[in-house]
Amino acid sequence: MELQLLGIGILTWIVFIPIVGMIIVLLIPDSRQDAIRWTALAVTGMQLMLAGLILRNFDRSMLGINESGSFQFVEHFNWITVDALPWIGKVEITYFLGIDGLSVLMVILTALISFVGVISSWKIGKMVKGYFALYLLLVTGMMGVFVSLDFFLFFIFWEIILLPMYFLIGIWGGPRREYAAIKFFLYTFIGSILMMLVMIALYFSIAYTDPVTGELVHTFNLLHMMNPDNLVEGSILAGINTTWRYIAWIALFVNFAIKIPLFPFHTWLPDAHVEAPTAISVILAGVLLKLGAYGLLRISFPIFPDATVYFAYMMAVLGMISIIYGAFCAMAQTDFKKLIAYSSVSHMGIVVLGIASLTTQGMVGGVFQMFNHGIITAVLFLVVGVLYDRTHKRGLTDFGGMATVMPRYTGVAIIGMFAALGLPGLNGFVSELFSFLGAFSAFRWIAIISVTGIIITAAYILWTVQRVFLGKSPEQYKNLPDLSAREMVSFAPLIMLIIMLGIYPGPTIKLMNASVSHLVDLINIGGF
Amino acid sequence: MGDNILNNIVLFYPEITLVVTLCALVFSDLLMKGKGQFTGWLLLGGFCLTGIFLLLQNGYSESVFDDMFAVDSFGIYFKVILILSGIFIVLFTMRSRELERNMQRIGEYYMLIAGMMLGMFLMVGSTNVLLMYLAFEMTSISSYVLTGYIKGSLKSAEASMKYIIFGAVSSGIMLYGLSLLCGVTGATDIYAINASLVEGVGQPMVLSTAVLMIIVGLGFKIAVVPFHFWAPDVYEGAPLVITAFLAVASKIAAFAMLIRLFSVSFLVHVADTQSTGLLNVIEGLNWNIVLSGMSALAMIVGNLAALWQTNIKRLLAYSSIAHAGYILMGIVVLTEEARSAMMMYIFIYLFMNLGAFYIAMLFSNKLNSESIEDYKGLGFRAPFESVAMTVFMIALAGLPPTAGFIAKLYIFGAAMNAGWLWLVFIAGVTAVISLFYYIRIVRNMFLYNPEGESGQLYFDVFSKVIVLLLLIPTLFLGVYFGPLIKLARTSINIFGM
Repeated sequence: MELQLLGIGILTWIVFIPIVGMIIVLLIPDSRQDAIRWTALAVTGMQLMLAGLILRNFDRSMLGINESGSFQFVEHFNWITVDALPWIGKVEITYFLGIDGLSVLMVILTALISFVGVISSWKIGKMVKGYFALYLLLVTGMMGVFVSLDFFLFFIFWEIILLPMYFLIGIWGGPRREYAAIKFFLYTFIGSILMMLVMIALYFSIAYTDPVTGELVHTFNLLHMMNPDNLVEGSILAGINTTWRYIAWIALFVNFAIKIPLFPFHTWLPDAHVEAPTAISVILAGVLLKLGAYGLLRISFPIFPDATVYFAYMMAVLGMISIIYGAFCAMAQTDFKKLIAYSSVSHMGIVVLGIASLTTQGMVGGVFQMFNHGIITAVLFLVVGVLYDRTHKRGLTDFGGMATVMPRYTGVAIIGMFAALGLPGLNGFVSELFSFLGAFSAFRWIAIISVTGIIITAAYILWTVQRVFLGKSPEQYKNLPDLSAREMVSFAPLIMLIIMLGIYPGPTIKLMNASVSHLVDLINIGGF
Repeated sequence: MGDNILNNIVLFYPEITLVVTLCALVFSDLLMKGKGQFTGWLLLGGFCLTGIFLLLQNGYSESVFDDMFAVDSFGIYFKVILILSGIFIVLFTMRSRELERNMQRIGEYYMLIAGMMLGMFLMVGSTNVLLMYLAFEMTSISSYVLTGYIKGSLKSAEASMKYIIFGAVSSGIMLYGLSLLCGVTGATDIYAINASLVEGVGQPMVLSTAVLMIIVGLGFKIAVVPFHFWAPDVYEGAPLVITAFLAVASKIAAFAMLIRLFSVSFLVHVADTQSTGLLNVIEGLNWNIVLSGMSALAMIVGNLAALWQTNIKRLLAYSSIAHAGYILMGIVVLTEEARSAMMMYIFIYLFMNLGAFYIAMLFSNKLNSESIEDYKGLGFRAPFESVAMTVFMIALAGLPPTAGFIAKLYIFGAAMNAGWLWLVFIAGVTAVISLFYYIRIVRNMFLYNPEGESGQLYFDVFSKVIVLLLLIPTLFLGVYFGPLIKLARTSINIFGM
């Protein structure tokens, strides 16, 4: 499947259109703030339309994962090629973009959340130009990660995210923004260095034979890395179930676990969320956390199936701890934003538990949960943002009786919270169910213990609803205005998706089903 | 014999151009006392001409003046880097407020720069330990004087004094090591030394001592732990431009000399020297293990000490100690791959480090301060320069999409491919630590509001153009580095290997 606009592939468009927007934003004079905002909105809107176009033309039956022929919208060009020398083979780094069932949902999620994020950033008044320029750069980085099929490219996009995120939290954040920003930066940079080391090791361990010239070519191409025939004899990662392969897997896992964030690597998340401005929290929870789980599925699992099988149990245990621990931490919070941050840890634990099961069911559940969590948490952070904009407070005990003061707002918030709770009929339920079913067939006891997390989740969510929306409202908040049109627009698509996917999840699951089952087969063949 | 020398002179044009420039500088300084800018442009012209002659030498691989001096692609590559740094240093000098105050003596200053450049050219090319030592001293002595150039500045004088004392001791040690080496092998020519060592001359104790002493001398010049004590003080005391010159050019020249000496003399050159064929010629001394320890220490000490610095010059001094450690990883391995990785690293290091120093100089011109604390809020007062500084900082930290990442990637790769995993691991850990202090500068610029004065800082177009000249390669080589890899890989040929 190929799709081109003006001779340029659609994936290049969707990745780089924010960069074009960034340049336009930088050229607009500082004083014309509205022009800057509308440019950012237009750019992300176009990105959303492109994502829609991709969805329309996406072929659900194609497998992807490790078969270059069945990726869609592929763009593959030489980027860096250095001819062979006597002492080293040919070097190849390619500009290789393509999507399959794993990434298509993430591409849509990124486009949607970025669009919503711009709307909810409308009220930002401090250095508008810098804010939107960095925001658009961030969007490019995220989108790039989801469509890259070359490790080098993947890594570059992965790192591009760091700097804008650092500034967005550090300049536009709350009182402890500086601490939160550097903590985020250092944590993720530690992970990146680990990933870089694995990338180098893989690069030396993988060489494919050029079909035309017969030369041995070292490459960063992920699909070549997934093929065990390409492992160079005697290289560090050669063989199967070797210590070095385990170490490499662990290094990658730490990197991705920091991003997910999985217990015990989650401590940066509450700080970052609490300090970040609303829109950035939305991006952070909605898209950034998915990068970690996506990385596991795209890189760790297919390249190291043997180690994945070996460590699956450990992953499931960490997922379980995250679910329970995150939920308990959330229960103890009095800060609304921190509560949602910990609930993210808990919900992303479900993703990890689902994919660790290495069954089609669990993995479909995990990937679907990634998407759903992105939507639900975005809603929840927007919900907090609405209150914070009006009152500059977000303590759970500061409010009460919002249901009578802001009825429309309460409706939206309750839908979001019940989706997070996993109420049947809303999207969270479907993906959690699949994840737990998969986990149950693979690790019975872990699944059973993890399910108790749902009860704790129900407890803290209902308690929050009670504290914020029910009861008597404080005197000074009696006259808070209800949702404005702008806020409604930012909520509308997310709420619609929550309900739609809850009632009729079939088509969405079909989007990824083929790819995910193929990945499961691949692991089960390669792992034993 | 006469013909031979005349023929050889053709290959010596770049150095001769430097000598002629040096003489022209002396005369112009005498004739036009006080017109400092002219001498500056004269030196710039001389450097550009030298650069052209260097480029014309492309492809040669010969030895001149009775095997004293080699003209090979390896040497040419390093000389081009040196001359580039020289050109930038002259441009920096023209913008420096600190040096403007000493304008009457600027002629001397430029002469010393030219002299130092000549010394470094000879360091890069010499194939005879005698010439190596002479070149080494020529570079050192010029740099001692340059360090103390600011008359009346106590710090500058102190720095110069410290530099002389440390420098004299370490070059004395190196000379002693070289003399032992020559005594045992009976040769001063590095190829003859190698031949003699391969044959086996015995005396492993003496030879080990000699090699260790040579490492001391060169280790001092490239400022790696444990021979780095002078660097922070000297870097802090010297004029900022000279600090940049010391941190970039003299380090690069010393690296070139170290690579040439060690690859030619202390390895057994058998047909297959690919990755495993590196054999040590001296029994009982694994110099690459010694170097690996130094490299690891430099990375650890440099990066950890930089964390506590508040003066930008001291911070960059420690950062350059750490970078020397990263480059040294390549010498530990010394495969062809590692050599090309080092050469890439050095090329990139030139731009990112000079860039950092240049912006620091621009800020210190306006703020009269070299303290990082005074950088608070600069992001809003001088946005272009601050963004450029941010790019240089993340390049030094090794983040994509800047060239600094490519440099680290290839040097890590070379070390990993040769099996030095623990060293790569330390390098990775210390790279994370380094981010912390580099980002501190960025944080002060962007995350704080200006304290005290908050007006815009204006820099003239010429200053901005120089920033762009350094910024564009730093970014461009981060996303399109194919040509650089090719260049480094085709330039690794050392004459006689």
